[in-house]
Amino acid sequence: MAQKQVIDVRGAFCPGPLMELIANIKLAGVGDDLEVLSTDKGSATDIPAWVKKVGHQLVSSSEDAGVWHIVVRKAK
Amino acid sequence: MKILIVGGGTGGTILANNLARRLKHEVKTGKARITMLSASDKHMYQPALLYVALGRMSTDELYRDQASLLEPGIEFQVDPVEEFSLDKNQVKTKSGKTIGYDLVVIATGSRAVPEEIPGFAEHAIHVYTEEAAVKFYQTISKFQGGRVVIAVGVPHKCPMIPPEVTFCLYDYFKDRGMLDKVTFHYTSPIGRLHGLEPVSKWMEGEFAERGITSETLFNIKEIDGARRVLRSEEGTEAPFDLLVAVPAHRGMQVIEKNNLGKGGWIPVDKFRLNLDGRQNAFAIGDTTNIPISKAGSTAHFEAEALAENLASIVRTGAPVRDYDGKVFCFIESGKDKATYAMFNYTTPPDPKPPTKSLHWFKMAYNQMYWASARGLL
Repeated sequence: MAQKQVIDVRGAFCPGPLMELIANIKLAGVGDDLEVLSTDKGSATDIPAWVKKVGHQLVSSSEDAGVWHIVVRKAK
Repeated sequence: MKILIVGGGTGGTILANNLARRLKHEVKTGKARITMLSASDKHMYQPALLYVALGRMSTDELYRDQASLLEPGIEFQVDPVEEFSLDKNQVKTKSGKTIGYDLVVIATGSRAVPEEIPGFAEHAIHVYTEEAAVKFYQTISKFQGGRVVIAVGVPHKCPMIPPEVTFCLYDYFKDRGMLDKVTFHYTSPIGRLHGLEPVSKWMEGEFAERGITSETLFNIKEIDGARRVLRSEEGTEAPFDLLVAVPAHRGMQVIEKNNLGKGGWIPVDKFRLNLDGRQNAFAIGDTTNIPISKAGSTAHFEAEALAENLASIVRTGAPVRDYDGKVFCFIESGKDKATYAMFNYTTPPDPKPPTKSLHWFKMAYNQMYWASARGLL
């Protein structure tokens, strides 16, 4: 059964939101959703760029009070 | 009060010594007892592996006897934990002992897992174990030229190793008079050269100066040894003659077996370092799932904050301070220059141009580490 996981990287400088997503997605199951919470506005562009290139699925991306909520589904 | 520290690496050792000094009176009078359980009677200074890999340090300089680093009063046993029963406040060790505690700190660290990448063992070199560092030097010393690829896996211990190994290798081949026969190519798993944006920008300039090419959004998938090609999860390829890879890491197997955290990373509060939902169990260093650098300096500063809190819990029943996310990493930017990155949860790093004096300070720190492990620095 697909699971949902929150990766809270608000305020994290190193290794950074995308690196944390990559580390966590490796441990997730196919079909799982991973929601990244990031205060780095760069996440709004670099996470979707990686997701598209590697072949996962971008479910949603939105900003609320300076926090980006980016949901990615592991597709393979 | 019985305090149990599981793991004798940088974090566990600094914590134990700092705590023993703070609780000297309580330990002497039997009001507090500090026990450390470790898998080894040796303590390795892991950053020195880089110098072993470059032929600049010998393997015997990596180690000290663990017992020699510990304050009197710390009960040290080489008997790794195999089972954690957090609800019963006890652990079971490899020798079959059951040991109870009032407070427990898990500092078991992390391990490189190159075996998870097909072809890694046969075709790539890395610097994360003594054996690997020796093989690294043997390989580069025989290398006669070609395309060197430096590839970065996720997650990995010590965020500065990728740039350090790149710049140090460049200088190594420069000293051998081989730069006309060697090209360098660096692959990064994310959209820039380094997780820290200021470090990434600094690397861009250093790479341009040295003619080092790069590819971003490249996550190591497998190595085709027959074709001498590294393949990425993103579907691209990097041909190589010499492959230097930073392998992905996991937490220790005992953490996964005891279901304490996916991938061996234990979820903790990033300020108080206690395990989710528990007030008497803590984790520090690489073992945690806090989204910050897995580095000795992280373990060091976490250990200092936690030692102060545990001493306060013993004396007053309550912790007194938060870990602020402090990390300080030297960055060797060649054989004789270095810079550093210092940051915490609220302040990003601002690396300065590398200097010779910082390199020599790093060289001095390689010796001072043993005082640091004793909790003196």
